[in-house]
Amino acid sequence: MAKGVKPRVKVPKTASAGDVITIKTLISHKMESGQRKDKKTGKIKPREIIHRFTCDFNGQNVIDVKLEPAISSNPYFQFKAKVPTSGEFKFTWYDDDGSIYSTSKKIAVG
Amino acid sequence: MEIQKPGMKVGAAAVIVLLAGAGAGFAGQPSLVIDGQTMITKAKAPAYTPKLTSVQSGWVFRSKETQALQLDDFDNPGFVFVDKGRDLFNKVEGSAGKSCASCHELKDFIGLRTRLPRVNKDGHLETMEDLVNKSRTKYMGAKPWKYSGSKMTAVTALISLQSRGMPMNVAVDGPAKPFWEKGKKLYYTRVGQLDLACANCHEDNYGKMIRADHLSQGQINGFPTYRLKNAKLNSVHARFKGCMKNVRAKPYKQGSPEFKALELYVASRGQGLSVESPSVRN
Amino acid sequence: MTITRRYALALGGGALALTGLSGLPAFASVADDAIMKITGGAKVVEGGVDLTAPEIAENGNTVPVAVSAPGASVITILAPSNPSPAVATFNFGPLSGASEASTRMRLAKTQKVIAVAKMADGSFHTASAMVKVTIGGCGG
Repeated sequence: MAKGVKPRVKVPKTASAGDVITIKTLISHKMESGQRKDKKTGKIKPREIIHRFTCDFNGQNVIDVKLEPAISSNPYFQFKAKVPTSGEFKFTWYDDDGSIYSTSKKIAVG
Repeated sequence: MEIQKPGMKVGAAAVIVLLAGAGAGFAGQPSLVIDGQTMITKAKAPAYTPKLTSVQSGWVFRSKETQALQLDDFDNPGFVFVDKGRDLFNKVEGSAGKSCASCHELKDFIGLRTRLPRVNKDGHLETMEDLVNKSRTKYMGAKPWKYSGSKMTAVTALISLQSRGMPMNVAVDGPAKPFWEKGKKLYYTRVGQLDLACANCHEDNYGKMIRADHLSQGQINGFPTYRLKNAKLNSVHARFKGCMKNVRAKPYKQGSPEFKALELYVASRGQGLSVESPSVRN
Repeated sequence: MTITRRYALALGGGALALTGLSGLPAFASVADDAIMKITGGAKVVEGGVDLTAPEIAENGNTVPVAVSAPGASVITILAPSNPSPAVATFNFGPLSGASEASTRMRLAKTQKVIAVAKMADGSFHTASAMVKVTIGGCGG
């Protein structure tokens, strides 16, 4: 697991049924591109990025993103989701090294 | 347009190309308002900086896209490190079995950032990094952190954030005076192969282009700052070091008496500007 | 103002030479190949996609980019002058609120960034934006 990875997500706490809401996510990660040289050894640093990010709501997919090394360090996404009922958003980031980072946020529809 | 100063080495003139007036084409964001709080990004210059009519935050000099990253604390990537700072603040470390939170509440730090660096009871000039490491070694029985390491900048960002919006107000008189004078001398001393002083770029030529970069006044009210360039929080001393390397000088050590004095002097040149930590810069 | 004018002229000349000599032919094939990979050779229509990116990026390491294509099921962002052209692919699921997304990308140099959208009916749409990537002041 890459060191010190920390996700942040921003989801409104409440919405009306059928609302479209904006979600923002950011996770601290170096996104080592596989293009950089290690200054000390002169060798190319191996690629180690988050290659996939998903957001689901009550088990249904909102967005599924394939990330390439051209995504900046501390990957950021903003996107929109439909909220049919109260429930929980689940956010998952997949690291090249096999680690999976996830967090979730509840939203109340009323 | 005369940009070559008497005494400037030929090499410096050839490498550093300044474009007059190129900054005029920038259309930035109208103002820096975060969470409904308006930051003071321009203030009347203090009497001891006669060459400046106003002091201006580095935010003013950035492109509208970079500026926008600071308008919302979620868009600002510096805040993921503030979150890490919060975890570190609550983490018990060292032989005394304490965390920062054992002795401090975050609200105790409101205003602290505006007054640093300051002279302590023993007559030493102290930066926020010094205060953090003093607490760690003296009261927690923990190892000091690296001066500009990621743990230190995470915690200094968290502590500085408590003063966000408050105007910088460092003491320059009394016991601070000799340190301030030392910092001022450093600010105006040409160094390195390019033979440039801080003042040559940040006082004489701010607002102009240095190659493709819009020169700022070199204000430090937004530090630690998240830079797009290295995608992490940067301390004041790390930035000073970078600047000295850029002019091909041998940098002073981070946490050295020279950099602390310079920090005090540079902070005083930004009196009245809001603390913006963690700011976003290029 | 002599220095300024000369410098401006030199800069302009350099930019022209670069475009003329190295930019276009290589760019076209890499971009075409990358688009071909997505579409499998299907026709690509200009428009129907919005791609928002700064005209001048202050630092190529973190360039904000937004894409929007009403009715799209997939949007891919390409930066053909990067070491590898793909940047990100957004697949919009059943609970997506709009076929739009923003992120931050790395650009190795000045280039035309491309968005390719696959619509629900299987057609492909594209848009592009030129982003100038600048170099910092003193070696930064």
